[in-house]
Amino acid sequence: MEKVIDIQHLSKSYGAHEVLKDINFSVEKGEVVSIIGSSGSGKSTLLRCVNLLERPTGGAIIYNGENILDDKHDLNQYRTKLGMVFQHFNLFNNLNVLGNCTVGQVQVLKRSKLEAESIARKYLSVVGMEQYINAKPKHLSGGQKQRVAIARALSMEPDVMLFDEPTSALDPEMVGEVLKVMKELANTGLTMLIVTHEMEFAREVSDRVVFMDKGVIAEAGSPEQIFSNPNEERTREFLKRTLKQG
Amino acid sequence: MSFEYIVKIFIDYWPMFLRGAGLTLLIALVGTVIGAVIGLLIGIVRTIPRPESKVKRVVLKIVNVIFSIYIEIFRSTPMIVQAMVIFYGIAMAFQIDMDRIVAAILIVSINTGAYMAEIVRGGIVSVDKGQFEAARAIGMNHWQTMKNVVLPQVIRNILPATGNEFVINIKDTSVLNVISVSELYFVTNSIAGMNFRFFESFFVASVIYFILTFTITRILRYFERKLDGPDNYTMIGSSLQNEKATL
Repeated sequence: MEKVIDIQHLSKSYGAHEVLKDINFSVEKGEVVSIIGSSGSGKSTLLRCVNLLERPTGGAIIYNGENILDDKHDLNQYRTKLGMVFQHFNLFNNLNVLGNCTVGQVQVLKRSKLEAESIARKYLSVVGMEQYINAKPKHLSGGQKQRVAIARALSMEPDVMLFDEPTSALDPEMVGEVLKVMKELANTGLTMLIVTHEMEFAREVSDRVVFMDKGVIAEAGSPEQIFSNPNEERTREFLKRTLKQG
Repeated sequence: MSFEYIVKIFIDYWPMFLRGAGLTLLIALVGTVIGAVIGLLIGIVRTIPRPESKVKRVVLKIVNVIFSIYIEIFRSTPMIVQAMVIFYGIAMAFQIDMDRIVAAILIVSINTGAYMAEIVRGGIVSVDKGQFEAARAIGMNHWQTMKNVVLPQVIRNILPATGNEFVINIKDTSVLNVISVSELYFVTNSIAGMNFRFFESFFVASVIYFILTFTITRILRYFERKLDGPDNYTMIGSSLQNEKATL
């Protein structure tokens, strides 16, 4: 299989505080990888390091055979290849739904307005938001905002989609609609890297699950293996804690 | 009777008052607009993220220090003094007699720019950090982020403060009489000098100042509401055509 992103010996520290230690893992084309772990385990930081919203302090991120942490690399060009979905949606407040999905295409990818709009409409219908193209973010519910945010990222036609706890800021009744969209996307063969607290969902859609603890990857494997038969004691502890709450 | 004189003065001198008011409005308007542009540009530069290259970092640091000096000096001295120093300073340095209107606009612009820079900075800081992150994540550079996402929100946020600056400028252009700009105060002073009716002449001036500022405040309110957009939107789609969804 072809590796889309290969992370080697990645580390990140804030001053003396080491948040990520020697992280090694890769995402293959068409693969859905979920990162689970307790709060503060470094999973969101890892995701944010992948698209360089946080600058790693060490290691390499190999994309298309090149280390994008090399100084000369065009980071903005690289970021267009990664679609990011945030916990708090971060839709552009000054633009309507269609504008949110076209601004990046027109400004960064230099697509024509017409082409951008037709691509945006396509992905808005994938997430079931095509009727809302005139609405401003302030008009939408949390679940609707997150679906638009997914369409915005998809409209850039990235190689990988990154999801940073996409349902954590949602009211419980809206979690379902977002997870449903994500499941559909996973089934189309999209490459996805998901940080999540939704264990059921991770188990169902993932090809691989990565469990992080205290800034290191404690265990990685198939969902079956991680959830039913974890090798590590700390994975077992974590699952026992979270599944009891859920 | 003083009221009759007020009316009489207005009737006798209204073309002069009108020209004075027009010049006051022109200086205040152009000065505020240029000042706002200066403020926006400084705001954009001051929020550039720390560059990777060392040379760029040093250049940016120097530019920011220059901006800080400019802002502090112009906020810490009265405009009436700035007017004298700039007007006579330029006259001495370049041996030219500057056009007084040009000088007036220049002084009001750079004075307003210093205040606007701080207002814009506040406006940019108040934009949610997530907006910057989402723009970066989509591959936008600093300028694209500013132009498409941040500044439209900043402009909406700073509009009330900018309107306030405009109103202040309408009133403060009166200090430019020290360099003989024939704005409303200067004109009124001349009229009063001709008929020795100081109270009546300046009463007319005060009414004109009030009308100017009050009207402008109303117009700006209207623009603010306009920029906020409608509270509802139309749904697009076959089954829901023409249905109005409200907030």
